[in-house]
Amino acid sequence: MSQWERFIDTFFNRSVIVQYLPDIFKGIWITLEISVLIVIFGILLGCILAVLRVYKIRAISFCIIVFADIFRALPPLVLILIVFFGLPNAGIFLSSFLVLFVVLTLVLAAFSEEILWAGLTSVDSGQWEAARSSGLSLNQALIWIILPQAFRLAIPPLTNRAIAITKMTALGTVIGVPDILNQATTAQSFSGNASPLMVAAIAYVIIFLPLVIASRRLEYKFSWKKV
Amino acid sequence: MQSFIEQFFNIQIMIATWPTLLQGTGVTLLLCAAVIPMGLIGGLLAALASNSKSRLIQWPTIAFVDFFRSIPPLVLLIFVYSGLPFAGFRLSPFTAVVIAFFLNNSAYYGEILRAGLQSVGYGQTEAARSTGLSAIQSLRFIVLPQAIRNVLPDLLSNTIEVIKLTSLASVVSLAEILYSADMARSVTYNASPIVLAAGIYLIILWPLVRLVSQFGKKIGT
Repeated sequence: MSQWERFIDTFFNRSVIVQYLPDIFKGIWITLEISVLIVIFGILLGCILAVLRVYKIRAISFCIIVFADIFRALPPLVLILIVFFGLPNAGIFLSSFLVLFVVLTLVLAAFSEEILWAGLTSVDSGQWEAARSSGLSLNQALIWIILPQAFRLAIPPLTNRAIAITKMTALGTVIGVPDILNQATTAQSFSGNASPLMVAAIAYVIIFLPLVIASRRLEYKFSWKKV
Repeated sequence: MQSFIEQFFNIQIMIATWPTLLQGTGVTLLLCAAVIPMGLIGGLLAALASNSKSRLIQWPTIAFVDFFRSIPPLVLLIFVYSGLPFAGFRLSPFTAVVIAFFLNNSAYYGEILRAGLQSVGYGQTEAARSTGLSAIQSLRFIVLPQAIRNVLPDLLSNTIEVIKLTSLASVVSLAEILYSADMARSVTYNASPIVLAAGIYLIILWPLVRLVSQFGKKIGT
């Protein structure tokens, strides 16, 4: 067998790919499902936490900062292992899917809180004063004047972060979530061939490359005219 | 509550596993010392190439950067570690981790440094060149210092991500902090070693995370 044929046989083996493609598709579905859930709940929770800090209640702000710091400082895999292996012995049983969802949602919430808070604080204080003096209440000023501007500042870093964290769904494979990577490594060990891994890598590129390119566009679009 | 403390904050187990974790910390630091400078150098090359005037250099570099930004690092690592042996490349865990992270980090650092280089006006290079500096000298003494200063917060926060990323090495059984902790967990049936590992990560990373937040306040986004 020539070098080239051996390479094709190892990484693009047709019969292996055909056999395991359905499994990989199941994995793609799981990865997409969990990614969407994480992005929705993570950003929502992050927003709530950032807005809570606006009210400047010391105890609450302090807790939020500590939460955000810890979840930004710890590697997600560490958190996943603590929750997955620790909680059952303490009498709480969560499925691996749920563990992955909860941990990554909290991580994304921590980052979005920090990004949105930076956005909120960088809106000029004159905006607050003008809004309040036109008769809006604190909450009205926040919702109609300040938050939209903060969001605008936050969108590029938030997009990048959301992509980075949805890519971490691959970590679920370590605790047995049947995502793309998990299906691929299983298929690889059954077939004794590296093609499933190649398919998995391609699947990830197909899913994430458009998002990466879109985030690049967003950055251009928002970088020129800052609010 | 008792079982919770027993399960997560068991002091005896923590003391017993401390030496192993300390060794693991050494490996993690060694890994960081290899991976961060390599990523920065690779990133700088990628940034220079993607700012190149020649399309022939620019396009493949941008494709490289976007490609490795869209593949999850763990997928890349597993591909390098357990995919390449099928093609006859057998790598040690450490080498596999270094190769995978070099590709991944070069892409991320490259993207940041490219933005940094672009933030320095072309007039700076022109002025530097017209005073008689060579192309490399003007990059080294004039453009790069300004570029790095402009993207320092991003560089720092990416470096935090890189340090966190080294925990993935545990998946290919490189005995860094998390791997040592997880081994200790599977022997003791107790999550305290991993909590201890989390503590070590916090000691290393919390100051850096605080620093990034301070930057954020000053700069806005």
